[in-house]
Amino acid sequence: MTSRYRAAPPGAIVAVRLDMLTALYHRASGQTHLLASPAPEILDALADGPLTADTLLDRLRAAYDLIDADAGALAARLEELVDTGLVERR
Amino acid sequence: MMHDFAVRIGPVGFRVGSDWRAPVAALADLYRDYPAPQDGIADFTVRLFADRPWRRFIRPRVMIGGDYVLPEAAPLSLRHGLLAAEMAMNLQMALGQRRFLLLHAATVERDGRALVMTGESGAGKSTLAALLMTRGWRLMGDEFALLDPESGMVYAFPRLISLKNRAIDVMAAAAPGGRFGPLLADTPKGAIRHLVPDARSIAAMETPARPALILFPTFGHDDAAREVSPSEVFVRLTQASTNYVSLAERGFTALTRLVTTVPARAIDYPDTERAIARVEALWAAL
Amino acid sequence: MGRAVTSADGRLLARALADPASTATLDGAGWQALLAMARAELLSAALACRLQGLPMPPAARRFLDDALASFEQGRTVALWEAEMARRALAPLGVPVVMLKGSAFLAAGLAAGQGRFVGDLDIMVPHEAIGAVEAALLDAGWEWVKPDPYDDAYYRQWMHELPPMIHRERDRMIDVHHTILPLTARPTPDAAAMIADSVALENGLRVPSPQDMICHAAAHLFADGDLAGGMRNLWDIHCLIGEFGTEGLAARAVQHGVEAAVARAVRQAGLLYGTDIPDRWRVRGPLDPLFTRRLTARDGWGREARPITRQAFYVRSHWLRMPPAMLARHLWTKWRKRGQPS
Repeated sequence: MTSRYRAAPPGAIVAVRLDMLTALYHRASGQTHLLASPAPEILDALADGPLTADTLLDRLRAAYDLIDADAGALAARLEELVDTGLVERR
Repeated sequence: MMHDFAVRIGPVGFRVGSDWRAPVAALADLYRDYPAPQDGIADFTVRLFADRPWRRFIRPRVMIGGDYVLPEAAPLSLRHGLLAAEMAMNLQMALGQRRFLLLHAATVERDGRALVMTGESGAGKSTLAALLMTRGWRLMGDEFALLDPESGMVYAFPRLISLKNRAIDVMAAAAPGGRFGPLLADTPKGAIRHLVPDARSIAAMETPARPALILFPTFGHDDAAREVSPSEVFVRLTQASTNYVSLAERGFTALTRLVTTVPARAIDYPDTERAIARVEALWAAL
Repeated sequence: MGRAVTSADGRLLARALADPASTATLDGAGWQALLAMARAELLSAALACRLQGLPMPPAARRFLDDALASFEQGRTVALWEAEMARRALAPLGVPVVMLKGSAFLAAGLAAGQGRFVGDLDIMVPHEAIGAVEAALLDAGWEWVKPDPYDDAYYRQWMHELPPMIHRERDRMIDVHHTILPLTARPTPDAAAMIADSVALENGLRVPSPQDMICHAAAHLFADGDLAGGMRNLWDIHCLIGEFGTEGLAARAVQHGVEAAVARAVRQAGLLYGTDIPDRWRVRGPLDPLFTRRLTARDGWGREARPITRQAFYVRSHWLRMPPAMLARHLWTKWRKRGQPS
């Protein structure tokens, strides 16, 4: 059974690009996060609906010029996002 | 039996109840040119009390209480009662302020624009602000800058300026006509003396200003300046704000707008004259 | 100078909550006393909800608006904590019942309007406690470092796991398997509470209305020293207002808390004018003493009536533990305090 990852819907997040970092306010939690690439890109890719890790990696490779473009690094970033509550694993 | 005192500082009203007359008398004297709380209703209540009945008289020590308290806070001796009152008012703001985003900063104003100086305690922000006040700037506050999320303006909160150790002599020389509080020796932070903001700063306390420059001053041996990136300013200001989380999305909006629209510089300064020269140069270059 | 203000007690606050229009006659000093009391009793946001739309001095309006802003932010954080617990425990497939303020907020009840919530309280079946503990630890919660004696005491006798706190979010969670300590005199029927709980849309559960009232009453009179009693009674007043007292007496008997529930309902009626049937209004001789304790707050927000308060504090410990155990517990605590760290 492959897990799927689901992000908070676009209306639930307010994002402001500061410089290399993006400030994010998550309305459901009241928390503020400072995210570096590829985290904002991951959230964007998940905005339309839940994806498995493999599908997510393919989408990111196709859309962006990523620094961490391998499955292991992506898994680590996803786990960090799950810990913050910005992404839910089902 | 309670002795009490009430005052409005900028947009915030306080009432202070005390088991002893002395701290209230000191407050009433130093804040005598300030207005009363609007409608006679204070935003925050502070209490200075004896934790045991006999502590009112025997080696009296002042416990700090009020709307918002820190459990486990250590009492101060009665001779430092004025300091206890000031700390208690700070505590109410730090824990209870919900309308304005609090920045831990000393702020001065010129031509409707605000210079916000923030950073570690002991970096000399209060002293710099007090000196700038004697050089024609309006003092908006030495402890908290009040950022209004809706307008992005900074509101004044001009409490008694808290001068520590060396700064006391510096300001005694720089502001010979100034009104000073009593010298409080041997406090947990050394010697402290309060300076009342000048008449102009008190008179203008309801007038906000547009933030124009954020400064991170550090006192030391160097004499340097560098730009500070928006994300670094964001992180440092949230660390220095006691109520950022409480303000929820309004706080996020206020702070992201501030760091993306207002330039920020970090300066190292070896003495206050160099610092003031640096400030004037940066201000002129805006 | 403030004499009229300091002679006011909690009934000033109770009257404002029960009859918001009565605040029309307050002067500045009266408002000041009311607001300070409300803050001290954690009822400032509830008061703000009750007084919405009524004319008042601008300074009072600002104070109450600030209280509402605090409440909204606290509500967000409390519901998020519940959501993160839900995510951690969903794979276990056990019923997770929210208790107290978190439940009121999650279910959108009148008792949740203006309710400040601290820790997340949940109840799970006794047999699932081990799995729940493991899942929470795995999801980032950790123990609030108790000492070994306290830990053993907790696991053997208390109604909950030792306290846990989330590593990142810094919020506490209390996991109960029943609602009162196993050492206390009444012994509630935890299985029935879980069986009759109501599911919310997200899968978390809240107790039935009668069980929420029983729980609030049990904690107010059978477990606590009545500190914060005005707030707990306000919860009960709101629950009764929304759900009535149908089935309450029988449920209270089932949990063995009929005395606490009867007193709670009576006190709510006395303090807040709750609409209750006459058979619930039979007075007890100790009722005025309870009212006195509950309203022991002055216009500066201080706790008043120290002798009354002390009497209730001693009583609360006596109720939590049989006397022999209490003596041993206090002796061990005292002895440990004297040891070098």
